Amino acid sequence: MSGHVVPAKIYFLVFAVLILCTALTVAAAFMDLGPFNLGVALAIAAFKATLVVLYFMHVRYDPKLIGLAIALALAWLGLLLFITFADYLTRGWVPFPGK
Amino acid sequence: MRADPRPGAAAAHAHQFEDAQQQRDAVTLGMWAFLVTEILFFGGLFLAYAIYRWSFPAAFALSSHHLDVTLGGANTVILICSSLTMALAVHAAQTGAGRKLVGFLLLTILLGGAFLGIKAVEYRHKFREHLIPGASFRMPAGEAPARDKATPDPLIAAGVPAGSPLAAAGLQAHAQVFFSLYFAMTGMHALHMIIGLGLLAWLALQARRGRFSPAYNAPVEIVGLYWHFVDIVWIFLFPLLYLVGRHA
Repeated sequence: MSGHVVPAKIYFLVFAVLILCTALTVAAAFMDLGPFNLGVALAIAAFKATLVVLYFMHVRYDPKLIGLAIALALAWLGLLLFITFADYLTRGWVPFPGK
Repeated sequence: MRADPRPGAAAAHAHQFEDAQQQRDAVTLGMWAFLVTEILFFGGLFLAYAIYRWSFPAAFALSSHHLDVTLGGANTVILICSSLTMALAVHAAQTGAGRKLVGFLLLTILLGGAFLGIKAVEYRHKFREHLIPGASFRMPAGEAPARDKATPDPLIAAGVPAGSPLAAAGLQAHAQVFFSLYFAMTGMHALHMIIGLGLLAWLALQARRGRFSPAYNAPVEIVGLYWHFVDIVWIFLFPLLYLVGRHA
C-alpha cells in the first residue's frame, strides 16, 4: 500500500460484484455447457480473484513493482502447470490403482 | 521495522529508508514476496488436483456430488463478507477511526470463525459418511452422471467390464484420491484461516490500545493482504471441489 486510501464505496461495489459472481458460478455449474463448464467456472474465479487483488489488496494503486512480482509468480505457476501437463497429456496412464 | 507507534506521531520511518512512503512500499513488497511463495505452495496442490481430475473425471464428478453445495456456497459468501470487513478495517486504520477499526477486526474474526464452524460441520458429515480416505472409506457408488458416461473411468476405458468388482474397486480408489485432495486442500486452507484469526486477534488487541494511526498502520495492511489471499484460494477451491459435474 502506498498511503493511498481507497474510498469505502469502491469496497462495497467490489463486494457486490463478488457476491453476484458467486451466484453466477453456482448457476453455471448446474447448467450443461458441454465442455465449457470447467472453463466458465475458472474464468469466473479468475475474474473474482483479479477484483480482490486490484481493489481489496489495492494493487491497482501500488507501485508497478508489486504488479511485476505478482506477474512473475503467475508465470512460474504457469510453467509448473504447462511443463507438467506437457508430460501427463502426452503419455499413457496406467489406470490400475496402486500400479 | 520500528515505526513510532504513538497515535498521531509524525510519519515515522526507520533510518534505512528515505521516507515513510519508501518504507510503506518496502513493507508491501515484502508481504507480496511471501504471498508469491504461498501462490506456488497452493499451486502445487492445484496441480495435483488438475492431474487427477484429468485422469479420473467420472470418479471426481461422482465424489463431488457428496459435498454440500449449500454449506460450501454459504462459506464462500461468508469469506467474501469477511474480506469486505477486512478491507473496511484497513480503511478505518488509514483514516484514524480507532473504534471502527476494532469493530471491523472483531467482525472479521467472527466471520472467519463462522467459516471454520461450517467447515467443521462438513468434516463431521464426511466422517459419518465414511468419506475419510483410509481403511473404512466407502463411497456409495450411485449411477455415474450421464455426461461422464462419455468419458468413463480409465479402468472401463481400458476394457475392465463396467459393474465388475475390479471397476468398483477402481472407482473407490479414485474417489479416495478426490477426498484426499479435498481434505489436503481445504485443510491447508483452514490452517491458513486459523493463523489469520490469530493475527487478527493480535491486531484487535493492539488497535484497542490505540497503536495504529494514519501514519502507522502497516500491520493492519499486511494482515489484510494475507486475509484476502486466503479468500482468493477459497474462490478457486469452491468451484473446483464442490461444483464438478453438477449439471448432470
